[in-house]
Amino acid sequence: MDVTHPDAEFRAFLAQGRFMIQRSKGSGAHVFYPRAVAPGTGARDLEWIQASGRGVVYSTTVVRKKPPEPSYNVVLVDLAEGPRMMSRVEGVDPAAVTIGMAVQARIVDQDGEPVVVFDVAEASA
Amino acid sequence: MSDFPRGRTAIVGAATFGQGKAPGYEASDLAAIASTMALEDAGLSLTDIDGLFFCHPTDTMGGLSFAQYLGIRPKATDNNRTGGSAFQTYVEHAAYLLDAGAIDCALIAYGSNQATAAGKLVSTVQPMRYEAPYRPLNPVSSYALAAARYMHQYGATREQLGEVALAARKWAMLNPEAFKRDALTMDDYLASRMVSDPLSVLDCCLVTDGAAAVVMTRADRARDLKRSPIKVMGAAAETHHREIGWLEDLTVTAAARSGARAYRRAGLEPADIDVVQVYDAFTINTILFLEDLGFCPKGEGARFVQDGRIAPGGALPVNTNGGGLSCCHPGMYGLFPIVEAVRQLRGEAGDRQVADARFAIAHGNGGVLSSQATVILGAGDA
Repeated sequence: MDVTHPDAEFRAFLAQGRFMIQRSKGSGAHVFYPRAVAPGTGARDLEWIQASGRGVVYSTTVVRKKPPEPSYNVVLVDLAEGPRMMSRVEGVDPAAVTIGMAVQARIVDQDGEPVVVFDVAEASA
Repeated sequence: MSDFPRGRTAIVGAATFGQGKAPGYEASDLAAIASTMALEDAGLSLTDIDGLFFCHPTDTMGGLSFAQYLGIRPKATDNNRTGGSAFQTYVEHAAYLLDAGAIDCALIAYGSNQATAAGKLVSTVQPMRYEAPYRPLNPVSSYALAAARYMHQYGATREQLGEVALAARKWAMLNPEAFKRDALTMDDYLASRMVSDPLSVLDCCLVTDGAAAVVMTRADRARDLKRSPIKVMGAAAETHHREIGWLEDLTVTAAARSGARAYRRAGLEPADIDVVQVYDAFTINTILFLEDLGFCPKGEGARFVQDGRIAPGGALPVNTNGGGLSCCHPGMYGLFPIVEAVRQLRGEAGDRQVADARFAIAHGNGGVLSSQATVILGAGDA
């Protein structure tokens, strides 16, 4: 079945508490962000699969704000399935997030919208 | 069949206007003034222009608006928006069109009044849907992610990034048109306010007004004009991604490919280049592009820029106008490296003149290391 409304379906899954990414049936390659067509091949055979939520921090920065507004972390996470996504690591000092850190996805509500963030994975905590 | 008209087109006029603060002007006013200055420099007039290559900071149909402003009806109008690299792609595309006889005279122009109008970077870019919830302070955070990864992978330090900022300032101090000309020390650099780790205010380009323009014709016609023609030896571009997360290795940009293609088209190699202009939106850019354009091996760039190697008097003159870090950065900077390369090859760069400069590279960067475009120019006798 062709994915017809990639962004809407992704958000609907998130609202159900499911972090889903896409996989091309033909190549087996995982895809994020959600698309109607697989990048590189053009295949219209993308199916939804549940992401493991496991990932590793590929790079990290701290956006510095003027106090009292808190500074915050922005990361690129390499998902275990292959794709990379921007996110943030919560629950630790934003500057304590390091490249190579194992992280685990969690869905949070941000201004009424479900958003994927990450926690430091138990094994590396 | 060759894939580029090597040396068969030339830049015959070049100008900048209003670098720094230019109050009272709209962006198109600044671009129009620079355009007429470039035409005067060439000994040509508006009526000679039949190809227009232009993008406006905010008007996405700026190519049309600027033709109207100038009162010209170009046969070819290129309004592409590959960010700051657009101008290098304009040179490449103009070379093809000129050489094919589709046009006879190309005007490439840009102007912005962002500093006096808004006081900050003006952009029409919408936040990407899958980045926006995480509030990256773009474009700084995207380059910060690249810098952090580079430092992690190659053990580079803040002091090494600082060397890039210091070199740019030293060149700017030799350029009367540069906006930032006060002395800068490593202590100043290290004490500057962090914006998005590991990049501080002094790792970031300026926010200024400014305009630039160049005029191109075929080399045979260029010989009859006022100025010694600066030949377009090679040009090439590559689009890699839009958002930073889709650059697989944050330490390697598509400049490695646009550069290699431009060198091949020019029949030159890095050792032939006498003066280097690269789009330094952030200090990390200079290091990445020096590596990707073949001036040092990957991972060596941070050490390469140490000890004043790219500063005045160093072995490799880089960003001799002061760059986006210290000369000017009016939103899209790509045309300014081209104008500076022309001035160096003409030998009219004053106190910052590089002796016997015959070949120059002017590299443009668009988006967040997204679009890379390289132009190699040669002096008229080269």
